[in-house]
Amino acid sequence: MKPTDIKDPEYFHKVVDCQYACPAHTPVPEYIRLIAARRYTDAYMVNWESNVFPGILGRTCDRPCEPACRRVRVEEQPVAICRLKRVAADNRGDISGRLPIIPSQKNGKRIALIGAGPASLTVARGLAPLGYELDLYDNQFAGGGMMRSQIPAFRLPIEVLDEEVNYILDMGINSVFNIEVDSLKQILAKDYDAVFVGTGAPRGKGLNLPGLEDAMDNVFLGIDWLSSVAFEHTKSIGKRVLVLGGGNTAMDCCRTSRRLGGEDVRVVVRSPYEDMKASPWEKEDAQHEGIPIYNNHVPKEFVVEDGRLKGMRFEKVEAEYDEAGNRSLVPTGEDPVFMPADDVLMAIGQENAFPWVERDLGIDFDKWDMPVIDSTTFQSTNERVFFGGDAAFGPENIITAVAHGHQAAVSIDLFCRGENVTERPLPGVRLSGQKMGVHEWRYDNAVEMDKRYLVPLAPLDKTLADRKMEVELGFDVDTGFKEAERCLNCDVQTVFEELRCIECDACVDICPTDCITFTANGSEEDLRGRLSAPAGNLAQDLYISADLPTMRVMVKDENVCLHCGLCAERCPTTAWDMQKFLYTVTKAQMES
Amino acid sequence: MSYLVPKFRHPELPVNDLGYTKADYEGSISTLCAGCGHDSISGAIVTACHELSIPPHKIAKLSGIGCSSKAPTYFLGNSHGFNSVHGRMPSVVTGAALANKDLLYLGVSGDGDTASIGMGQFAHVARRNVNMVYIIMNNGCYGLTKGQDSATADRGSASKKGDPNIYSAIDLCGTALQMGATFVARGFSGDKEQLVPLIKAAISHRGFALIDVISPCVTFNNNAASTKSYEFVRDHSEATGTIDFVPMHDEITTEYDPGSHHEVTMHDGSTIHLYKVEDSFDPFNRSSAISALEAHRTEGNILTGLIYLNKDSRDLHEVMETSQRPLNELDETDLCPGNRMLDNINASLR
Repeated sequence: MKPTDIKDPEYFHKVVDCQYACPAHTPVPEYIRLIAARRYTDAYMVNWESNVFPGILGRTCDRPCEPACRRVRVEEQPVAICRLKRVAADNRGDISGRLPIIPSQKNGKRIALIGAGPASLTVARGLAPLGYELDLYDNQFAGGGMMRSQIPAFRLPIEVLDEEVNYILDMGINSVFNIEVDSLKQILAKDYDAVFVGTGAPRGKGLNLPGLEDAMDNVFLGIDWLSSVAFEHTKSIGKRVLVLGGGNTAMDCCRTSRRLGGEDVRVVVRSPYEDMKASPWEKEDAQHEGIPIYNNHVPKEFVVEDGRLKGMRFEKVEAEYDEAGNRSLVPTGEDPVFMPADDVLMAIGQENAFPWVERDLGIDFDKWDMPVIDSTTFQSTNERVFFGGDAAFGPENIITAVAHGHQAAVSIDLFCRGENVTERPLPGVRLSGQKMGVHEWRYDNAVEMDKRYLVPLAPLDKTLADRKMEVELGFDVDTGFKEAERCLNCDVQTVFEELRCIECDACVDICPTDCITFTANGSEEDLRGRLSAPAGNLAQDLYISADLPTMRVMVKDENVCLHCGLCAERCPTTAWDMQKFLYTVTKAQMES
Repeated sequence: MSYLVPKFRHPELPVNDLGYTKADYEGSISTLCAGCGHDSISGAIVTACHELSIPPHKIAKLSGIGCSSKAPTYFLGNSHGFNSVHGRMPSVVTGAALANKDLLYLGVSGDGDTASIGMGQFAHVARRNVNMVYIIMNNGCYGLTKGQDSATADRGSASKKGDPNIYSAIDLCGTALQMGATFVARGFSGDKEQLVPLIKAAISHRGFALIDVISPCVTFNNNAASTKSYEFVRDHSEATGTIDFVPMHDEITTEYDPGSHHEVTMHDGSTIHLYKVEDSFDPFNRSSAISALEAHRTEGNILTGLIYLNKDSRDLHEVMETSQRPLNELDETDLCPGNRMLDNINASLR
C-alpha cells in the first residue's frame, strides 16, 4: 500500500467518526471537551456555527453521529452526543455578543428564500452577515417550518424553537409570513439575484383502502394532524386510536394522541419491529408511554358501520428475506385481525410536491417529478434557483437540511459574485500539538469506563396530562460532565513521523487495543490478514508509513484506537505525536 | 497523565486453549524509560505464554535487582512473582524449583545482575541444570545508576556520555556453554519474530534454558558509538537460522523440505524446526556452538538465534532422582512413614 497522505483533510476527518457521520460535520469532540471544561457558551457556539440549531437538535436530532461513535466498537453504548449538545444549550450564557455583525451597508444583492424551515434559515444565517438582502416567505405565522408544525412541543418546547429561529430572523431578514407562495414565476419576476427553495416534503402519503370514503371523518394524515395540533386547531382525539406507520412521525402521532385523550393508542406497522424506520429511542419513548407496537400487520380495510368508523382489519404477515437480502412480507394465512378504533392516523411517509413551480422556468424535473439538483452546489438547471432540505432530494432530517443550507449559501454567494459555483473553498483544517510533558497532554487522555448515562424523564402522569410539557429533563451539569468524559477524543490524532522512528516496538507493546504493527508492506487485503489484531472492519482505514530503515512499514488500524496517547508517551523519539485535528466545513465566503 | 492503561481491549482478540486473551497475560503499565528494549521483551514473553496456553497461575517469575528485574511487574500480572536480592535470583529459583517442580520458572535478570554481582550464582544454576528459563535483558550498561559500562559492554564501545570501554566483555552465552547449560540462545528485543519462538522453545526445554536478549538502553546506550544500540545490533546481528515452533497439540501444516532443517521433539512433545544458515554450524554440538560464537565475535558480529541445544538434557530433579510428586506436596505421613518402615529399612541393612 502507498503511504497514507495525512495532508488530505478527509483522512483524519474520517477518523473522527461522529463528525464524519454528521451531515453538517459538527466538530463533536471539540464541543464535548468544552462541556467537560464547563465552558457551555463556547460549546454552544461551536455547535451554533456548525449546525445552527443546537438547542433544537440537542432534543430532536436523528443522531447519525451516535451509531458511528467509536465507543460502540469497544463497548455497548455510544457517547450520548445529542444530549450533551443540549447540556451546552441549556447552560449557555448570553450569546448576543458572539453573533455575527450584520452590515448596515448591504451588498446590493437580493435573495428570496421560500419556506422558513431549517434549510432556508441556514442559508439566511450564512448570507445575512455578508450583506445580502433576504426575503423569507412562509405559509405559517412564524419561522421554523416542520420543526414548528410537526415536532410536538413535549419533545421541543416552543421557547427553545423561537429563541434559535429568532437569532436568525433578527439578522435583518425580511420575513413574509402567512403567505402561500403559489408561483415561482412570480417570485422570479421580482428580480431576485437568486432564489432558494426550502419548502420541505409537505405532502403526507395516504392509504386508499376499502371503506376509506365512509371513514374519512375519522382518518387523518399524520403530518397534517400534527400541525393542526401544533397550531391548536385540533385539541382532542378519540379514546381508541390506531396509528399506521413505523417512522418517527408515527411515534409523534401516537404520543400526541395519548396527550389529547387517546387511551387505547396502538401503533400498527407492516414490517417487523427491527425494520421500523423510527429511531430506537423514539420507539422506546412510545412504549414507555404505554403504547403497544403491533408489527407484521398489513392494513387491509377500514371497517365502517352505520356510516361511522369502527376499526380496521389487518392481515398478518411474516418477513422473508431472499439471498440478496430483499424483504418480502408473506401472509401467514392466519385469520385477519380486527382492531377497534375511533380515529386512525396515517403516518406512512411523506413526499415532495411542487405544484407551485411552473414547468417552463428552465428547471428540469426527473421521472419522479423531482427537480434535478446538483448534489454539491444545490443549484437547479435554472442557475438562479437553488434547492435544499427535504425539497432537494426528499425527506431526510433537520441536520441534513442544515448541511444543505450551508452548501447552498456557499453556492449562492459564489453565483452572486459571478464566480464558478463548482470551484468551492476548501474546508478549514488545523492540526495542533497537544504535548505538554512526558505524561501530560492538553486533552484529558484517560479513558473512562463509565456506561452511558440515562437522561431523566418527567413523571409520566404529568407529561401525559400536558401536551406542552417536555418529557426529557436533560442531563444536569454533573451528569453532563461524566457523560462528556466518556468521549474518546477521536479528533486528537496519532501522527506518525517515520524519520524519527527507531523501530523499538514500544508503541506496539503499549497499545491497549493492538492497533499498531511493524511489518513488510503488501496489498491492503494481505496486510489486514497479518496485523497484531484482527482488522476486519473495512470501513476503517489503515494508516501506512513510508518505508522504515528495516524496510518494514508502520501499519495502524484506525478501527479501535482509543486515542489514549500511550503510543506517543512511550515513544522515545517522538515519532508519534498527538495532534488535535479541527475540521470546519466550507461556509459562505470563508476564505483563507 | 497516564499511569494506567485503558481497560478496553480489541474486541476480537484471539483466545487461546484456556479461553484467555493476550490481555490476561499482561501486567501493570511499565515505568521503564519510553522505548526501553526491556518492554519489548516483556511483550514477547506475554505473546509466548499466551500462545502456549500456559495457565498464568502455573508460572513463577523471579528476578534480582536492576531495570531488568523491575520488568516482571510489567508482564504476567496473574502469575507468581518474587523480586529477590541483587544477583541472587538463581539461588531463589533453585530453592523454589526443588520445592515445587510443577511451576514454570521464569528468571529475569540483567547484565549487571548476572555478569557482575550474580556471576557465581549464574555459573551454578547453569551447572545444576535447574529446569527454568533464564532471560537476560542485556543492555551493556547500568541504566538504573546513570549508565556506567557493565561487564557485557564490548571493548571499545562507548555509552552516551562515556569513554570507550577498556575491558573485554563477558559473553554470557559462551559462559553458559562452558558451565554446562543445556539450552543457549541469543535474541534481540527489536526482533520479536525471532524472540517469541526462542522463548517458546526455552519454555518447552527441560533444564536450564538461557536466552541472552540484547536490549538497547534508549537513555544511556543507544548512541552511535555503542555496540548495543538498535542500529548497531540490526546491522551486525547474524542469525544461526530461523526457528519454527509447533506446539504438541497442533497439527504440522507446513511442508518441510528434508535436509534443509533439523526437527527436534522437545520434552513436552512440541516440535521445533530449525533452519540453519551455515552448514558448518551444528546447534547440537557444544564445541561447534562455542566456535561459532567465537568466530562471529572476532568479526565484530553478534550471533543470534538458537546456539546450542542438548536434546538429552536431564534436569536437576532427574539427576537427583526426587519424587514424582512435588516436594511441597509431601505431608508428614509421607515424610515420617513411622516405626514399621524404619524397622524395615534397618532390617534390610543388617
